[in-house]
Amino acid sequence: MNYKGQAHKVGDHIDTDAIIPARFLVTTDATELGNKCFEGLEEGWVKRVNKGDILVGGKNFGCGSSREHAPIAILGAGMPVVVAHSFARIFYRNGFNMGLVLLEIGDDIAGINDGDELDIDAKTGIIKNLTTNKEIRSRPVPEFMAEILAKGGLIPYVREKVAQ
Amino acid sequence: MAKTLAQKILQMHCREEVKEAGQIVQCETSMVLANDITAPLAIDSFRKMGAKRVFDREKVALVCDHFTPNKDIDSAEQVKKVREFAKEMGVVHYYEGGNVGVEHALLPELGLVGPGDIVVGADSHTCTYGGLGAFATGMGSTDIAGAMALGETWFKVPESIRVNIAGELEKYTTAKDIILHLIGLIGVDGALYRALEFAGPVVDQLEMEGRMTMANMAIEAGGKVGLFPSDQKTLEYCSQKGFENAIEIFPDAGASYYRKVEINMTGMGPQVACPHLPDNVKGIDELGGIKVDQVVLGSCTNGRISDLRQAARIIEGQKVNPKVRFIVLPATPKIYEQALDEGLLGIFIKAGAIIGPPTCGPCLGGHMGILASGEKCLATTNRNFKGRMGSLESEVYLGSPVVAAAAAIAGEIIHPEKL
Repeated sequence: MNYKGQAHKVGDHIDTDAIIPARFLVTTDATELGNKCFEGLEEGWVKRVNKGDILVGGKNFGCGSSREHAPIAILGAGMPVVVAHSFARIFYRNGFNMGLVLLEIGDDIAGINDGDELDIDAKTGIIKNLTTNKEIRSRPVPEFMAEILAKGGLIPYVREKVAQ
Repeated sequence: MAKTLAQKILQMHCREEVKEAGQIVQCETSMVLANDITAPLAIDSFRKMGAKRVFDREKVALVCDHFTPNKDIDSAEQVKKVREFAKEMGVVHYYEGGNVGVEHALLPELGLVGPGDIVVGADSHTCTYGGLGAFATGMGSTDIAGAMALGETWFKVPESIRVNIAGELEKYTTAKDIILHLIGLIGVDGALYRALEFAGPVVDQLEMEGRMTMANMAIEAGGKVGLFPSDQKTLEYCSQKGFENAIEIFPDAGASYYRKVEINMTGMGPQVACPHLPDNVKGIDELGGIKVDQVVLGSCTNGRISDLRQAARIIEGQKVNPKVRFIVLPATPKIYEQALDEGLLGIFIKAGAIIGPPTCGPCLGGHMGILASGEKCLATTNRNFKGRMGSLESEVYLGSPVVAAAAAIAGEIIHPEKL
């Protein structure tokens, strides 16, 4: 699973109201939610994103509400990966369940600047910063989460159990 | 192994032995919850999972409290979807109309959750039931769909932070001030991936509603759960609400904690979280004349009867400042009725407050109290993220019901003793 795109860096403690404000939660459609992604940070934020770009968050990314609309909006906006210092715990579960790739890199986050070109191998967790020519290694995905990912996410995982 | 409260409760619902923090365990769920924002996604996921029925129609609660009474056609369509699903599945605990209340005030009041339960909800403030000694935590809609189908889910056994609260509460200092102070102390990621466990003399003295207020905001420190021991007070509360077979649960002596935090409340006045994070907490006297345009008293944090009583005591015989919109939302129909019977609503109305129905509306910028640019609000709610309650250029301050009442009268954030 390789991803290549431009980094869009946001700060520490980016909450789910910033990712997708509550007033837009009257739909579950990924495209509609994607069009409003980060509307709580800055009006029209999403216009800067090209499909395949990579979101870079700071500490505690995704704190706040349990709304799954947040990872859906990020995916809907065309960003398949979030690299962050750390993730808020509900968002972390939601991301994997939705098939959004999440990589935690702690203080190494300082090595990525807004606009850098990144090349990411999600399997090995290696993030190549093509702009600075430096390499960052992310913390491995916990074993059980990897198992859910391997089954294709939580929906197929539960489908298998329901069928039994 | 000596167990923390979190580990003890997980063990009660788990076949394998709970041995250490970091271990992944499968646990049976006691109650699975979703609301009108999160249930529609959960229903979609539930269908995709191929599930045909919920694991137990008495152990699923669907509470349409965020955008109800429906604010527009889209929210009405969402609620319709939830209503039809509830009917199809025979969900017993479906609430939408005159019986709906703010979910985390409603479920304990109906005796649907209690000590030792594992409650998972597609709402981050599900952690409220930790006040009753339940391992209760928020998750996303797809996790909740899985739990609705299977009656079980997985948890990473958390490390715990023990918070010992000593000293005496001052006249105008409440449970809300304790939790705001703690969040200010450890930060919005101070309990990330971990459980908060409360102990100490102040905790023993706190009534159940105060404990729920504190547990409610565990998520604001990044916590997975905020747990109180289940003691005699818990048992009495549960028995009154009709929750059967409640048991006392205390952490084992010698349980191992990631960190211990000591707080002394003596001499500490009301606390206020300033924009735009819940950990930007200051003592009220440090603030100095911040004028407010709106005050909101309500929500799953502070919309219970004791909150309304505290605020009414301050506002009785006074008038709401003409420059302020004071919105009062009793959190459930029963609290509404009780406040009416006790004359509290009369006090608020005579003072010039707006009394609304039980709804989460303004807390999340949904409806019934949206802020315009440049406006400031003091709210008893739980979050003050940028734009949370409306315009990106508005500001939300968080405080207790007594601070809310004082702000409504003065038109600015002041210590209630200065009124």
